[in-house]
Amino acid sequence: MAKVAFREERCKGCALCIDVCPKHILSITGTINRKGYRVAGCQDMDQCTGCALCAEMCPDIVIEVWK
Amino acid sequence: MKQVFARPKSLKDVPTHYCPGCHHGIIHRLVADAIDQYGLQEKTIAVASVGCSVLLYDYFDVDTLESPHGRAAAVATGVKRSMPDHFVFTYQGDGDLAAIGTAEIMHAANRGEFLTVIFVNNTVFGMTGGQMAPTTMIGQTTTTSPGGREPLKAGYPIKMAEIIANLEGTAYSARVSVHDAKHLMTAKKTIRKAFDAQLERRGLGFVELLSSCPTNWKMTSQEANKRVKEELVPYFPLGVYKDTSAKGDEQ
Amino acid sequence: MSKKILAQGNEAIARGALAAGCRYYFGYPITPQNEVPEYLSKHLPEAGGVFIQAESEVASINMLLGAAATGARVMTSSSSPGISLKQEGISYLAGSEIPGVIVNMCRSGPGLGGIGPSQGDYYQATRGGGHGDYRTIVLAPHSVQENYDFTILAFDLADKYRNPVIVFGDAILGQMKEPVELKNPRPKTFKKDWALTGAKGRPQRILKSLYLADGELVDHNWNLYKKFQRMQKEVRYETLLVDDAKLVVVAFGSVARIVKTSIAMARKNGMKVGLVRPITLYPFPTAYLQELAQRIGHFMAMEMCTGQMVDDVKLAVMKTAEVGFYGRPPGSIPTPNELYEEIRKEYKRIS
Repeated sequence: MAKVAFREERCKGCALCIDVCPKHILSITGTINRKGYRVAGCQDMDQCTGCALCAEMCPDIVIEVWK
Repeated sequence: MKQVFARPKSLKDVPTHYCPGCHHGIIHRLVADAIDQYGLQEKTIAVASVGCSVLLYDYFDVDTLESPHGRAAAVATGVKRSMPDHFVFTYQGDGDLAAIGTAEIMHAANRGEFLTVIFVNNTVFGMTGGQMAPTTMIGQTTTTSPGGREPLKAGYPIKMAEIIANLEGTAYSARVSVHDAKHLMTAKKTIRKAFDAQLERRGLGFVELLSSCPTNWKMTSQEANKRVKEELVPYFPLGVYKDTSAKGDEQ
Repeated sequence: MSKKILAQGNEAIARGALAAGCRYYFGYPITPQNEVPEYLSKHLPEAGGVFIQAESEVASINMLLGAAATGARVMTSSSSPGISLKQEGISYLAGSEIPGVIVNMCRSGPGLGGIGPSQGDYYQATRGGGHGDYRTIVLAPHSVQENYDFTILAFDLADKYRNPVIVFGDAILGQMKEPVELKNPRPKTFKKDWALTGAKGRPQRILKSLYLADGELVDHNWNLYKKFQRMQKEVRYETLLVDDAKLVVVAFGSVARIVKTSIAMARKNGMKVGLVRPITLYPFPTAYLQELAQRIGHFMAMEMCTGQMVDDVKLAVMKTAEVGFYGRPPGSIPTPNELYEEIRKEYKRIS
């Protein structure tokens, strides 16, 4: 059981988290934040293992992870 | 459930000015992590250099001194000699360290100053708009090498980690990248070893981190990340070039 | 009871630094000031301090920046070409409000020039020297005793104003030997609540000169300007025989030393000549000269270059007085006779 939370206002849509997720459950969600970036998010939280690689890869500390 | 990943304490909770996908954000976090793990926040004096990371003090919550372009290793020498029990690090780009600051880093390493040097190599002068740097690859187009870097005119990209490793006073010199999870984890450990060189008073600890610059490479952040893996890593080999610690391996 | 010794000018500067509590020196060899780093390489570590012969003058001014940022008293020394190299660092010191003492034992220029004395760095020293709007206090000794005294004073002024201070000597002042009374002042201590000492129990401190937000740099520069206005009260000068003078020579440093003899010769021959010797080249004794020019109609600037200090003399007095000039490029030292001849000609012209 694990989950991630994205602080969307900090996300710059760089998508590095998407590439690094071993379960491929992250994607650009379609939400545009106030800075105009298309933010990333998790599409399938049930698959999340809490490995935190997405959070490690994120240059903007957007992602928080719980396990 | 408990939180297994959080922002390091010594990194301020503020948005950064770095471009989307720029590796500075990752590297800042790895360095701040190490500062926290070693409990150094109150004893750290950072020396900021000139480049995209010039506003380092807005992100690292530690006493920070601005340095003129290229001079961080000399400035940090002055800081550390005056405050030998504090933790002093520099954070420099490839223009700062491998162009204008070459003398200063060579001699700080040669003197074996107890410093930790974080060298972010993205093969370009980022802040000023993408000019050619000493580490720009052959054929790479930049604003001052519009036809691509030619060795006869501009020489070859400089490999700093190897050069620094060859100086007596260097205790640790390594090159890493942060382009995927595996390499990022190695980078974490490597940064800590560069901290150890100072904390154990063995000499200068030097880490070169290959990094992307999507904006000036004119790529998406994912493409730029890929370029680090496919173009930079083959030319700038990753590895440890010098390690004087007890468990160290010399390459 | 202070000791009196025979000392070389450069050695006196090094001794002054130690007496002022300076425990960090970073420098580089260059004629004619090598005795400064050489003396300190031995005596600074003995005093528990740190000496580094850096890889360049650029590196040494930056090491000074680093150590001074932590609150230490730090000095560097060089001579003209090396001082040119330090200008970027000095500008950063001024912009970041970090104190430091920079000693320039001037030699002839421009370029590689020569190794003899010169006063041709006057503009560089008194107009900031590096880029941007800043000033540094400039102290100009004219004896080995003053080399010692003014070096100590430089540290106090640097700390008082959180600004770099220049000690402006030259090759002859560095090489000559004279008796020095080694007064041992208790070094003044200044509270340095701006220094970088590690953010323990307090918020982070940042020492920087970069101000990008709209209006920030305007404010910062006005604050610096106000500081340089406050620095005006540190003006110092020496006067000699001005009360009844018809002609007042203005000269500093080694030229002042030589011209004192020339003036004695002139007085012997019935000429009423006096001297104003600026001790601070910045702040220049403008107010005093202006006041003097109310009753004295003729001044004569004399310097070992083709004309730099003369500008400041003119700015001070030319509303009410005439300014003659004898500028002598460096390359050899003027004799008292040579300067006396120029004074005599000028005196004859104005009589």
